[in-house]
Amino acid sequence: MKPIETEVAIIGGGIAGCSTALHVALRGVPVVLLEKRQPGAAASGVNFGGVRRNGRALEELALAARSIDIWHNLPELVGNDCEYAMTGHLKVARNEEDMEAMAAHAEAQAAYGCEVEMISRNALLARYPWFSDLAFGAAWCPTDGQANPRLLGPSFAHAARRAGAIIHENEPVTSLEKDGDGFLLRSENGLEIRARQVVNAAGAWGARVASWLGEAVELWPMMPQMVVTEPVPYFIEPALGVVGGDVYVRQIPRGNLIFGGRSGTANLDEGFGHAITEETLCTLQRTALVIPRMADVNIIRMWSGVEGCTPDQLPVLGLSATTPGVIHAFGFSGHGFCLGPGVGAVVSELVLDGASKTPTEAFNISRF
Amino acid sequence: MSDDDTILIIGAGPAGTRAAEVLTGQGLRPILVDEAPASGGQVYRRQPPGFKRSAKLRYGFEAGKAEALHACFDNLRERLDYRPENSVWSIENSTAFTLDPNGVDRIPFKSLLLCTGGVDRVLPIPGWTLPGVYTMGGAQIALKAQGCTIGRRVVFLGSGPLLYLVAYQYAHAGGSVAAVLDTARLRDALPVIPGLLAGGLTLAKGLWYQNWLRLNGVALRRGVQPIRVEGDDRVSGLRYRTAGGRENHITCDAVGLGWGVKPECQLAELAGCEMEFNAMARQWLPSSDVDGRASADGVYLAGDGAGVMGADAAEYRGELAALTLLADRGVAIDTARHGNLKSRLRRLMRFRIALERALPYPEGLAAALPDDTIVCRCEGVTAGDIRHGQALEPQEINRAKAFTRMGMGRCQGRMCGIAATEILAHRKGVPLAEVGRLRGQAPIKPLNIFIAGEAADDDPDRAASI
Repeated sequence: MKPIETEVAIIGGGIAGCSTALHVALRGVPVVLLEKRQPGAAASGVNFGGVRRNGRALEELALAARSIDIWHNLPELVGNDCEYAMTGHLKVARNEEDMEAMAAHAEAQAAYGCEVEMISRNALLARYPWFSDLAFGAAWCPTDGQANPRLLGPSFAHAARRAGAIIHENEPVTSLEKDGDGFLLRSENGLEIRARQVVNAAGAWGARVASWLGEAVELWPMMPQMVVTEPVPYFIEPALGVVGGDVYVRQIPRGNLIFGGRSGTANLDEGFGHAITEETLCTLQRTALVIPRMADVNIIRMWSGVEGCTPDQLPVLGLSATTPGVIHAFGFSGHGFCLGPGVGAVVSELVLDGASKTPTEAFNISRF
Repeated sequence: MSDDDTILIIGAGPAGTRAAEVLTGQGLRPILVDEAPASGGQVYRRQPPGFKRSAKLRYGFEAGKAEALHACFDNLRERLDYRPENSVWSIENSTAFTLDPNGVDRIPFKSLLLCTGGVDRVLPIPGWTLPGVYTMGGAQIALKAQGCTIGRRVVFLGSGPLLYLVAYQYAHAGGSVAAVLDTARLRDALPVIPGLLAGGLTLAKGLWYQNWLRLNGVALRRGVQPIRVEGDDRVSGLRYRTAGGRENHITCDAVGLGWGVKPECQLAELAGCEMEFNAMARQWLPSSDVDGRASADGVYLAGDGAGVMGADAAEYRGELAALTLLADRGVAIDTARHGNLKSRLRRLMRFRIALERALPYPEGLAAALPDDTIVCRCEGVTAGDIRHGQALEPQEINRAKAFTRMGMGRCQGRMCGIAATEILAHRKGVPLAEVGRLRGQAPIKPLNIFIAGEAADDDPDRAASI
């Protein structure tokens, strides 16, 4: 079979890959994306669904701001709002020490145009009387929000296809090599793609792709696991997370509470994450301690997915250090849902213009 | 039996009871977990304490079998670790997680015998979410266990062995049966009469019920196509098309709906059993060999949960799987009995195949549903939503679930999964097997946050190591 010729080949159909495919296709450049399962089926589709800057690493704030602009524009861009709602985000402290650290971070964030308000315990309980007294105070970012992860990746993939991108599903890429002035990619099923540039958006598998280019990145799988309840009357408008990450909760207007805080398990070769029942029990206990009203509610499902985590929990995003023509965009360390739409815009600029107007220096692969 | 040698049986119906009989007969003390307060399963469900209706009245022709099974269980109860009102909601790493009135518990096991039974196979039709619409099995349980009917004037709609039996039981108990509407046609049955004869008495009983209903003035209609259940805030009637193509309306205040039984196989899936598509059942079943061994190590399957064959077969399959389990543990078993059970099951399978053809599942009924019919009751997802999946055109059933929330509610697709799969396969123009199956996820039944959280073993060392 003759290789498929294209300008840009993308490995991985998560949000980063699908958004890149859309942004490249919108500029009229031929692009082919290879996804090992279905678009948005891994971490992109099974995460918590938070779209926030509150508490985010300063290095990621510019990228997050760019992404959130795109979030607001989803209906025009991909034809579907993916249930994105600007509900605000509460980062909840358990003690004074947490509170002080959050206040310092909020001050630093302000320099990036991200307004975060510190809320004392009394004010917090006045606004949200359903918190237990474990809540010491909170950082409140009203411009944060939440969305439905199951829709985002597939919506970008759908829009990318309409814009002319070619997306091959169920095509795990098994090799990537230099081929003349471009690259040759092969899939497990024998598909061959010849491309002038390659984007590594392989998520938890991104380090494997990087290793084919002689670039070593320490990337370990993380498997946040989620639980969902039956619908109950809507009472939690903002998304919220407790400092330390062991409790995070949101509620959708139809009433289901979605929450998490522990880790599942995964086998990278098999490709799926699995929730661990014992860990779910811990999540249930800890969450009910923070929000006692949830104690009466029934859970109906639990799940997990695989994400790639780097040593500094910042993504690998930028040009390959060894191989011109390759751009990395993986290892989002649990932050990729909010960032994903913006990542695609940035990567499309790196691919087509050689540079992005959004700073990515902190994410360079050579930092390791 | 030491802890790491535990045999866990899930389900105390015909299969679980007979399996327990075999194992206790060898001096073993299995744990038997069952959701119901008393043994018997759905088919031989017992009435609550204090109820005094006779077995004959409750079980009809099957009274003898029901009483024998109950007696068998009562005799071995002391030799069992029997845990009624106990629901298994997750299985992981050879541990079953249970929920009983006292909370969540864990049962580590060495061998697992799944006798999880079946649940009504229902198909949505327009109006099926109106109050007054019940599943056929639910209608029967109300009568069998509690002596209640689902309405004053009931229509039974569907196909399968339960249809005429339940209608007969209602009419016999003094209920008013407005009509029995069978979606199967008489001509479906004619070519498979030889196979049906293998059912012997079972076939004769079926014909007897129909005859009794006819003699007692109940309208029986074959080859019917349901159009919709009518009513504003509850059922007031049913509209259907006759075999001759005429539109008809019946006034009624309740409808019993069902097309046979489908296996409950979520636990088999969680226990690691491979699932394979069964063309006759038109769904995915856990694979097992003729001796009742599942593909997962130490797991055995019996009864309708392993593929629907009915209550008589369930008793044989429970006994067979338990004998197989013993043989696998190196216990000398009665091999003649083991072989005899398998030949009985082969005969029952011939009957079952003929029955499936005589009373066929109405292929195409779900696929033809109007776009605005609710298919997933829990999440309010319509046939049209499933077909189009938010304009994302899902190719596979778990994608349709992800895009639409179909099958994401309290029942986790146990009710709507079959219809949704048919609708999607028809929309894509592909065989049913190609759109896949809804993957089972724990908890398979709703689980209270407080009660389950109380059982948490929140060891910080373990959390740190993950």
